[in-house]
Amino acid sequence: MSAPANFPGEPESSPAIAREFGLADHEWDRVLTTLSRKPSYAELGVISVMWSEHCSYKSSRIHLGRLPTTGPQVVQGPGENAGAVDIGDGFCAVFKMESHNHPSYIEPYQGAATGVGGILRDVFTMGARPVASLNSLRFGRPDHPKTPHLLKGVVAGIGGYGNCIGVPTVGGEVQFDASYDGNILVNAFTVGIAKTEELFFGVAEGVGNPIIYVGAKTGRDGIHGATMASAEFGDETESKLPTVQVGDPFMEKLLLEACLEIFKTDCLAGVQDMGAAGLTSSSVEMAARAGNGVELDLDAIPRRTKALSPYEMLLSESQERMLMVAKEGREQEVFDICAKWDLDASIVGRVTDTGRFVCKATPGYDPFDGTGTRDPVVVVDLPVDLLTDAAPKYDRPQRPRTERASIVSLTGDAPEDLGAEIVRLIGSPNIGSRSWIWRQYDHIVQDGTVIRPGDGDAAVIRVFCRDETGTREKYLAISVDCNARHVELDPFAGAAMAVAECTRNLVCVGAKPLGLTDCLNFGNPEVPEQMWRFSQAIDGLSAACRALGAPVVSGNVSFYNETDRRSILPTPTVATVGQLEDPSHRLGLGFVRDGDVIAHLGEPSRGVLGGSEWLVQRTGSVTGAPVGIDLDAEVALQHAMLELIGNRLLQSAHDISDGGIAICLAESCIAEGLGARVTLPPTDDAPAHALLFSEEPSRIIVSISPSDVGDVGEICRRYGVPFRKIGRVGGATLLIEDICDVPIEELAEAHAAALDFIVHEPS
Amino acid sequence: MRVAVIQFPGSNADWDALHAVRDVLGADAWYVFHKRTSLGDADAVVIPGGFSYGDYLRAGAIAGFSPIVSAIRDFAGRGGPILGICNGFQILTEMGLLPGALTRNAHLRFECRDVYVRVESEGPFTDMGKGTILRLPIAHADGRYHTTERGLAELEQQGQIAFRYSTRRGGAPNGSNANPNGSVGDIAGVYNRERNVLGMMPHPERASEAILGNDDGLAIFQSLRRHLGFE
Repeated sequence: MSAPANFPGEPESSPAIAREFGLADHEWDRVLTTLSRKPSYAELGVISVMWSEHCSYKSSRIHLGRLPTTGPQVVQGPGENAGAVDIGDGFCAVFKMESHNHPSYIEPYQGAATGVGGILRDVFTMGARPVASLNSLRFGRPDHPKTPHLLKGVVAGIGGYGNCIGVPTVGGEVQFDASYDGNILVNAFTVGIAKTEELFFGVAEGVGNPIIYVGAKTGRDGIHGATMASAEFGDETESKLPTVQVGDPFMEKLLLEACLEIFKTDCLAGVQDMGAAGLTSSSVEMAARAGNGVELDLDAIPRRTKALSPYEMLLSESQERMLMVAKEGREQEVFDICAKWDLDASIVGRVTDTGRFVCKATPGYDPFDGTGTRDPVVVVDLPVDLLTDAAPKYDRPQRPRTERASIVSLTGDAPEDLGAEIVRLIGSPNIGSRSWIWRQYDHIVQDGTVIRPGDGDAAVIRVFCRDETGTREKYLAISVDCNARHVELDPFAGAAMAVAECTRNLVCVGAKPLGLTDCLNFGNPEVPEQMWRFSQAIDGLSAACRALGAPVVSGNVSFYNETDRRSILPTPTVATVGQLEDPSHRLGLGFVRDGDVIAHLGEPSRGVLGGSEWLVQRTGSVTGAPVGIDLDAEVALQHAMLELIGNRLLQSAHDISDGGIAICLAESCIAEGLGARVTLPPTDDAPAHALLFSEEPSRIIVSISPSDVGDVGEICRRYGVPFRKIGRVGGATLLIEDICDVPIEELAEAHAAALDFIVHEPS
Repeated sequence: MRVAVIQFPGSNADWDALHAVRDVLGADAWYVFHKRTSLGDADAVVIPGGFSYGDYLRAGAIAGFSPIVSAIRDFAGRGGPILGICNGFQILTEMGLLPGALTRNAHLRFECRDVYVRVESEGPFTDMGKGTILRLPIAHADGRYHTTERGLAELEQQGQIAFRYSTRRGGAPNGSNANPNGSVGDIAGVYNRERNVLGMMPHPERASEAILGNDDGLAIFQSLRRHLGFE
């Protein structure tokens, strides 16, 4: 095989350029050995982006295999554009979460917006209509000078995209911590609904089938974005602006409608969106999944700017573009539907049986120049295998974090006025109301939002499942969660706690967990301590997912979340999807009726404050003994909850998490403006503030009609779940016996204003 | 009752409207794609919310040039009832079928939450009586109603103000965020002079079922049905 032509104007590839593209020297050597020649400049671009951490998962792949990915409800596990779980009657929920951290730090509005756009495309590429989005955000210290700009930009970007395309953003979470000062996290989640037998896959099937490019034209935006996402930030980060893509949600709305209409015609063999690494990864991955090759005619690529080189066309991450493999002879149907939606569509290549990724282009040809003669030459000719399965995989060295002197039972100084302390805590940015954020998201479009943001532990949506027999309404619950402070103190238990809390949120609104997607945000995998955290977290996730019946069906890894060698807290964010058997089972988090009995389910607190928000605020660092988790107790608790809810024995449910039982009770009071009188479960020795603010998991506060208390106690006993009546709903204050008596109004005001001092706007 | 729901490119509350009118209210309802030129034998038209043409240029501006628009104008001219919700309201003002304009919210943010509106004027969509208070959700960035002082006086004189934002008990917002966007006169919805065309920023179609926690909005569609003599 002769080497592909060196394209006019493009330099010879070299080790220096390879380094600039993010390849390690030994990876450059591996390229030379495998090809037995030097790659062309465009080829080097293709290889470096496909071998980037972002696309190849080279540091994580060997660990991801430990995650449980199967179960009777799993329709599609990891490896496709999104995962899918069965929701009955031939329908499935298709979902995935993905990070857009690096772009969002550089340009928060567009970075976050295109993160939403990308995850929406991953879902509708599968043939599913997106029905809800959530997000998980991390910012630096609330008083860091960049935080207001980043928070406002990210929230506006998420809203700007989701609101326009008409997919409700129904929930999420946000935390502030100094470790994210120079590296924020933006993790976007979307779920869609499809008929299981009509799911679409990203496969380039059928030798000779035409490859059709649909959607926005190609520009220079986002070139090498995947490579950027696979490197640490340093001083020159601001200069990476051109690697951030620009989103057009209107174009995506047209693309969504056109795709779903095209899918119905059965004229496609496969489809994939052009996400990270654009045209390159979409065509290469489709070829790899089908065991085929592809040949692209780069002269035919629709473009919006002059003089694009093959390298630029192959690596551009221009948004809102899809690659479809049509069945031969049915191209016109695709073109007709695209015309209806005013979208560009062109044939840009064919499926081949060579197992190679071949691209041709005419030197000097530019459609903007009008007439140039086309005489394409081969500019890329690489084995598909080299870019996918044979890409590097590393078992990076690990080293357990050295034990810190601070890992002792640390309770901090007891505050004098615990009532004032609760008010202060509930008015702090990590605990208080997020309404300033979710009011900027259309969380009700599509007429399905049953539990809105802030009203329950998880969002509940009604989805409409349509087929020839009519329309069925089904009810899904969705939650996203991670408490990175607990992961930092104990990566195994902390990751397990994220899964436990996320599924606990589902059972608290009345839903049975079906599956999970993850977004694993970590530091530099080449640092052994970071790799150890990652590996431990994988084991924690695996254990919890197995125990709690939530297999992992999709996900994403984001490494190199560091700036100037300073890593973020390990943040393995998880999102879970569950289903309500009956919508009348749904529960909010707020107390609803004076006189209801308040009960504590689960083992009472031992007063361990390690990793708690209160202790972090008190000491300024993530510290203390890890709280740990007993997965057997968690399973019993969740199973008991599902039975309690199935028997309609509860009036409200709210799990104890950030801020401890004090914040849990306060939130249940604030929701409907009802007070409570409670006595904390007795514990040996632990000081009152430790009991109030401990974030030990596997505990839920419920309210119960007095006549149902006996039945609730009986079911808890049957599951071995500790059950204790702790008080009653009523009054205008939160009265905790011997501890505090705080007006609900005061709590509510502090809660509502928690983000005001960051955004300097009234909520 | 037969209702046409218009679909512009970028309409995204088209399903919400169809569902409320067809599945909840029980009317015949269908989508009419903007490239068509006929509404079919519709008794009423709903222009749903969304971001028609991405809100490029101005919210609702480009939709006014779609092929279906002349059929909508004819229908309005014949006195047919038309309801424009959110982006639909913006489109109707851009088409000149309703007076005034909708500009960026005073606080410059997109805002989605429940608000209260008070019925100010009776008409095909508002037979529930003046002074009725409805809780309805809003979801918009460009909902700040604007008109000249003279225009406002004329609206008041002609009884064209359909809804004003109010407090929970129906009081005037008096500069509070009960008026969520800074609309002049706290206006949330207006009729045309003939009162067959209504535009409103809140979404009654998203508040028409108990399962959604609110069915106040259904009253507006029930009013339309009574107006057309279907019950």
